[in-house]
Amino acid sequence: MASRLKSLVTSLVEATATPYPVDRYLEFVSPMLTWREHRAQITHVTRRTDRTVTVHLQPTRGWEGHIAGQYIEVSVIIDGVRNRRYFSPAGAEKDRGQIELTVTAHDGGFVSTHLRENAAVGDVLTISAAAGEFTLPAIRPASVVLVSGGSGITPVISMLRTLVAEHYDGPIDFVHYARTEADLAYRVELEAIARTVPNVRLHLHYTRTDADGRFTDAHLAALTGAGDAEIFLCGPSSLMSAVRDYADRAGLTGRLHSEAFTVDTAPVLDPNEPVTGTVAFTASGTEAPNDGRTLLEQAENAGLNPEFGCRMGICFSCTKVRTSGCTRNILTGELDSEPDQHIQICVNAPVGDVEIEV
Amino acid sequence: MAVNISEYFRSAPAPAATPEKITEVTLTADQVEQLGRELDELRQRIVADLGQSDRDYIYGIIGAQRKLEFAGRAMMFAPFIPPVWLAGVASLGLAKILDNMEIGHNVMHGQYDWMREDTYNSREFDWDNVVPGEQWKHSHNYLHHTFTNIVGEDRDVGYGILRMDRDQKWNPYFLGNLGYATALMLLFEWGVMLHDLEAENVIAGKRKWSDIKGLLRGMWRKASRQVAKDYVIWPALTGPFFVSTLVGNAGANLIRNLWAFSIIFCGHFPTGAQTFAAEDCQNETRGEWYLRQMLGSANIDGTPLFHIMSGNLSHQIEHHLFPDVPANRYPEMAVEVRELCHKYGLPYNTGSLRGQLGSTWKKIAKLSLPNWMTRDDNDLVVNIERSGSATEAA
Repeated sequence: MASRLKSLVTSLVEATATPYPVDRYLEFVSPMLTWREHRAQITHVTRRTDRTVTVHLQPTRGWEGHIAGQYIEVSVIIDGVRNRRYFSPAGAEKDRGQIELTVTAHDGGFVSTHLRENAAVGDVLTISAAAGEFTLPAIRPASVVLVSGGSGITPVISMLRTLVAEHYDGPIDFVHYARTEADLAYRVELEAIARTVPNVRLHLHYTRTDADGRFTDAHLAALTGAGDAEIFLCGPSSLMSAVRDYADRAGLTGRLHSEAFTVDTAPVLDPNEPVTGTVAFTASGTEAPNDGRTLLEQAENAGLNPEFGCRMGICFSCTKVRTSGCTRNILTGELDSEPDQHIQICVNAPVGDVEIEV
Repeated sequence: MAVNISEYFRSAPAPAATPEKITEVTLTADQVEQLGRELDELRQRIVADLGQSDRDYIYGIIGAQRKLEFAGRAMMFAPFIPPVWLAGVASLGLAKILDNMEIGHNVMHGQYDWMREDTYNSREFDWDNVVPGEQWKHSHNYLHHTFTNIVGEDRDVGYGILRMDRDQKWNPYFLGNLGYATALMLLFEWGVMLHDLEAENVIAGKRKWSDIKGLLRGMWRKASRQVAKDYVIWPALTGPFFVSTLVGNAGANLIRNLWAFSIIFCGHFPTGAQTFAAEDCQNETRGEWYLRQMLGSANIDGTPLFHIMSGNLSHQIEHHLFPDVPANRYPEMAVEVRELCHKYGLPYNTGSLRGQLGSTWKKIAKLSLPNWMTRDDNDLVVNIERSGSATEAA
């Protein structure tokens, strides 16, 4: 009865605002007043290393927390444009009242650099519900090895904090790769945990200062108990492939769980170079070698029938999602390689490999 | 026909009705392409400069719209004080005008797609109006903006019910031109909604039931929600004032209808705005397309507030040249477009609202009669040389 009344009131409120989502009204009252969307306000900012910023956020009431290892979409407005990125909350799970994010400014990382430089108490970010399969199993494994590199530490430190908070008593090995000691935002906390929680062992490797700082088999082989532990891995692609290799050889593949935390943006190619690459029309499962013409012409050439209108970039009938790759606007010459963007296929030509939802 | 495409360059000068009053402009193919390049350059310069201030602008307009709408709906709760109720109707009417024109029309053109924002982009947006955004984008963004003022292809020339051009064949039905236009003005949102059905083609048997079934379903879905909102839910929320709120909401929709009709009819119908024949526009170059947009559109002079309330359709010329550039940039672009027109000797059709609207209604009245009974007011002849391959095609 109560839930039926609630859904009646919900649809009545939404009917008074149609055709707009109720949030399109509430955002003018207060950015933290939401109906269906989630937002979060920065309550605390620390810059623990030269390249990172750690922010604590207070989410709006509807946000349902995260499971250790999951990520959320965070969007920020930079020079009028909404930019969306994924970050893994670093806090222990079941903490619905607070989100902790540590963002590392990568070289050329537009959003991460912006947040490193500008994040301030009071800022409101738009966030999504948590998602992702890279999580601690609900039935906790007998022992756990957490392996991370650089900013890949955030999902696994969430796992570590979760396990510590629930007094998990199996052995936990925390293996982390940082450039130098000064680049590790969580060093003080990790050392404190290792000192006070007897079943946590910390293995820190510094890739720029240690002789054997980069991953070697010995780093994992030396861990007692690694043989029957579940291994959780997150880090840059070089670390991920080295650990996967090792796991294959050691017969641990079935117990290795991993997540790539960097979205590889397509390289920006020189449009004056010879035409290369393959165009993948993902919605129809068709592929064709790039011949340099517009995506619409190439799709039609491949026997597809995408919707179109003016064929000159003014009517927006042919807009489709470019999942990955770089395209050039033939009217302006502008190149764009941001993943998951809507583009007009009648005036955009692929530069190299492109995936388009046609 | 006032625009002679290539004819002038092939043979003798164009025939003219009343030679002593005609203004004649002649452009070579090279000049047309040069004009196109200069307009492209202007566009790229503005697009490269888009950023936070443009976002702030549109969010400022949306914020004002939300406040006006809230105030309008709130004042309906006090109809026992007539001035409050009247102010509520006016406030809601203004909110609907802002919503449909400066926000809806422009967002659905993709003018703010670069913000990568939810809701306010050309794919998701729908407006506070019975016309389904999806259908409107087809007839407006595609048909009207691509085939602007081509008689027989741009259905906005008369909307299938009016005679708005001398090249549309006269028949006795058009004696009612003034009456049909008045009805369309009063019921504008419903007229625009039905526009996509191409009712005259359905009657003529050119369109089948299967062609319109999906459209009708979309119209029903959108219109029923709009009707429920304005004529059931909000009136019911005001309890004992159900009827006065219903009447007030209808009044607000009427205000929007009158205003939107008036602004939109000043866009392409005032004297001097040119129309084109389909065969002249085949294989158009970018420069030729630009030129057609310029010659087929008319601006309205006014204050900055007037431009906002008209959705910047008062900058119809700039809008037709650059339909996906944010409208708040049209005023600055207008200065340069006007200079370009001057440079090439082209007309820049602009006038007061009263003048443009007067000339539009005069045209509606005159065209209700057959051509032999009225004089052609067009005093402009533009001779355009089509570029090489296109000339052969034409």
